[in-house]
Amino acid sequence: MGAPPDISAAAAFMERRHRWRPAEALPWLAAVAAFFLFPDYTAFGTQVLIMILFALSLDLIMGYAGIVTLGHAAYFGAGAYAAGMLSAHLGWGEPLTGLMIAGLTAAAVGFVSGVVLLRYHGLTLLMLTLATAIMLQELANVQEEITGGFDGLLGISIDPIFGLFENDLWGRTYYWYALIVLFALFLIARRIVYSPFGQSLSGIRENVGRMHAIGSPVHRRLVTVYTISAGMAGIAGGLFAQSNAFVTLDVLSFARSGAVLIMLILGGTGRLYGAFVGATVYMVLEDELAKLSPEFWEFGIGLLLVLTVLFARRGLLGLIEDLGARFGKAKP
Amino acid sequence: MDQLFNVAVSILFDGLAYAMILFIISVGLSVTMGLMGFVNLAHGAFAMAGGYATVSVMNGLGVPFPLALVIAFFLVGAVSVLFERVLYARLYKATELDQVMLSIGLVFMAIAAFTFFYGPAPLTFQAPDYLKGQIDLGFREFPTYRVFMICVGLAMIAALWFGFERTSLGAQIRAAVDNRRMAQSLGIDVDRLFTLTFALGSGLAALGGGLAIEIVGMSPGFAIQYLVFFLIVVAVGGLGSIRGAFVAALVLGIIDNAGKYLWPEGGAFFIYAVTIALLLIKPAGLFGRQA
Repeated sequence: MGAPPDISAAAAFMERRHRWRPAEALPWLAAVAAFFLFPDYTAFGTQVLIMILFALSLDLIMGYAGIVTLGHAAYFGAGAYAAGMLSAHLGWGEPLTGLMIAGLTAAAVGFVSGVVLLRYHGLTLLMLTLATAIMLQELANVQEEITGGFDGLLGISIDPIFGLFENDLWGRTYYWYALIVLFALFLIARRIVYSPFGQSLSGIRENVGRMHAIGSPVHRRLVTVYTISAGMAGIAGGLFAQSNAFVTLDVLSFARSGAVLIMLILGGTGRLYGAFVGATVYMVLEDELAKLSPEFWEFGIGLLLVLTVLFARRGLLGLIEDLGARFGKAKP
Repeated sequence: MDQLFNVAVSILFDGLAYAMILFIISVGLSVTMGLMGFVNLAHGAFAMAGGYATVSVMNGLGVPFPLALVIAFFLVGAVSVLFERVLYARLYKATELDQVMLSIGLVFMAIAAFTFFYGPAPLTFQAPDYLKGQIDLGFREFPTYRVFMICVGLAMIAALWFGFERTSLGAQIRAAVDNRRMAQSLGIDVDRLFTLTFALGSGLAALGGGLAIEIVGMSPGFAIQYLVFFLIVVAVGGLGSIRGAFVAALVLGIIDNAGKYLWPEGGAFFIYAVTIALLLIKPAGLFGRQA
């Protein structure tokens, strides 16, 4: 009889990783500060928070499980249309249940597509995810009676949150609403990536052959995280529909799938906070440069991408870490 | 009955003409991706640049259309070598994601630059008089330009087939696509081969771009608007397979045209559904080797 394996070291390792670091308060403090510093930009801020959540959902599958997708907007759009149609067709305007239904709908779409798509790799997977999202967009375009088609889904009206907090003209209520939803889902995401399940995802990303060899149910793990990620993306889409009271085909577009991918790469993948940095930098730059001229913005984001890939492959956060390490070492 | 026949012929004919554009533009992408595994989303930007080069040369220098196409081919091919050496070569060993990001960044920059210099409006293009109007092919009249395009396409296919199957260079490329390390061990300079193929592929894309202006129009957005179609041709056909790229372009071109004739609102839906179905059944494409 061999002694039972000593797992205390592994447990301590997980414990250490899971512990909160002081720096992790920064993005949340910044989000709260932004509300008071830029009172005229709360509506814009809400959209930034929504994209952070969307990018965070992508980080779960791409940064941790290594699934590269060009069609993540499929789930954002599914959530947005679910939340929108709930109000526009059924007159169901209660926001929280609306979000839940948005998340569940997107998760269901994610589960079904994940079971099929996640058996494929590389270019095939890229093309399959891309084609799935565009196919959904075309479907929404054709089903005009239900989705509003090209003209968009009109007639969404959302009740006050908890029956108490009515949205105002500047979208202040929705800023807090989005921030709290983001924080709650962030806690879940953080819990997931630091759990043994999250560890197994990193294992799949790093060496899928070995994970098969040690008997890890790879496909089931991938489908699970894909479904969770799709659900999160759907909630982001639901927030988008509720805060804008309007849904267009654009929520399912290739451009949106591309944008969220770019945000995550800019910030840095596989580190949760990359989504915060990337989405904020991307959207602020877009807002500022597009004011000058749309070409400036397009050229700027293109250049930024090329530079990121060439010189800062781990994203802006990776760059900051590298700089920190360099200066940290210089000290005695 | 006659009418039905006419519609069927129109769908097949227009589909064939469209397939030629798709094939000419996509075949270079297929071979370069098969050779280096580089996911080059900027391929459509080379096609777009080719369209602009064609029109600029025609308007600026008064060069006839066919010669302008040849100039665009060499010009864009030469410029693409610069990109390949300076940027792409650094990322051959990087992940797919990095390659996607670099090349999509280049697409954005190209679109912005062309919009800045040429404006966002579609190019105005005048086909030469001898390519206008209809031509009688015995049983029916067809638009002359499309007949011309199909002829160019067939000529390209013949030239590519000959180059690939019957020359030493073609044999080297096929060997490198099949097994790069083995080819290198045999003394084939795969890097140089790739630069050459890349230039050829980009040149072909430019040629396709020049030909496409009359059919689908040309604006800076072309680089991204049609990118998905080129990628579908490559993925469905199978990486590095010229025959695959041709068959995939044919299937896609005809289905797209059939969809536009028969169900104008929802036609695009079909293409993606067919693409997904084909890729689910044959993940490596119709003529690709199973991984």
